[in-house]
Amino acid sequence: MKKINVLIVDDSSVMRKIVERSLRQAGLEIDVCKEASNGAEALAEVQNATFDLILSDINMPAMDGLEFLRNLAGVPSAKNVPVVMITTEGSEARVVEALSVGAKGYIRKPFTPEQVKERVAPLLGGAQ
Amino acid sequence: MSSSTSSHTKHHKGIDPHWKGILECAAIEVFNMMAGLEITPFAEPPGTPAGEQTAIVGLAGALCGMITVRCSSAAATKVAANMLGGDAAGNPSMISDAMGEVCNMVAGNFKAKVSSLANDCMLSVPTVITGDNYAIQTVPPSDGFELALSLDGEPVWFTLITQS
Repeated sequence: MKKINVLIVDDSSVMRKIVERSLRQAGLEIDVCKEASNGAEALAEVQNATFDLILSDINMPAMDGLEFLRNLAGVPSAKNVPVVMITTEGSEARVVEALSVGAKGYIRKPFTPEQVKERVAPLLGGAQ
Repeated sequence: MSSSTSSHTKHHKGIDPHWKGILECAAIEVFNMMAGLEITPFAEPPGTPAGEQTAIVGLAGALCGMITVRCSSAAATKVAANMLGGDAAGNPSMISDAMGEVCNMVAGNFKAKVSSLANDCMLSVPTVITGDNYAIQTVPPSDGFELALSLDGEPVWFTLITQS
């Protein structure tokens, strides 16, 4: 089983820890887990490292998750990395918008580790 | 803030009688799914809201007001440790942050379960008050309800306050 490199993007440090913990509890083998507190920081991370998976909040200061997705499409080394949105967002419109600008799926809080695995495992191909 | 509000938004003028049950369900789900903790209704109401940790999330749009989550430091520590691991128990900042996230998720889960709010109610970022010597004053007219759920016998208070 290949270990994966993950980028978790959320303005809440607690939520970043919860997401990482959920990934590990779900049985995903993580090699590198980087964190960013907004889209701008996340863009800087993807310029400097290679990721197998990005999990991102939608509502964040400085650069939100939707703007991050739009910008990510312009980064050749990262444009094919699957991005899953994790959000409290109840608005279908925002979720649909995220999917239309490149997100491969979304997870609504609250979530269980099993739900996280269900959403992300198919995106990792043979990695997990 | 999480979503835009159109000019056709229905503004709720009062509390829907179903909302207390919906908030209870939303809270139980968050504690169970995110912290692996079971919270259950009390047979008898345990008095009035109390506790040294209070998290507040503001509501705007179709529903204006706030949702709060309040409990003792011991209960908040238990929640944080379950969500983040044992290290959180000795870190007051992580305990406060965990309370804020719990309140954020309870509010988000509540509004997602009320179809008239899902698209038209915005949430603020959470604020956490540490200490118990305070009172929340709201501009009238306001309405609301409180709900206590038991976390291993300790009350965790959930409050919805609306302003019209």
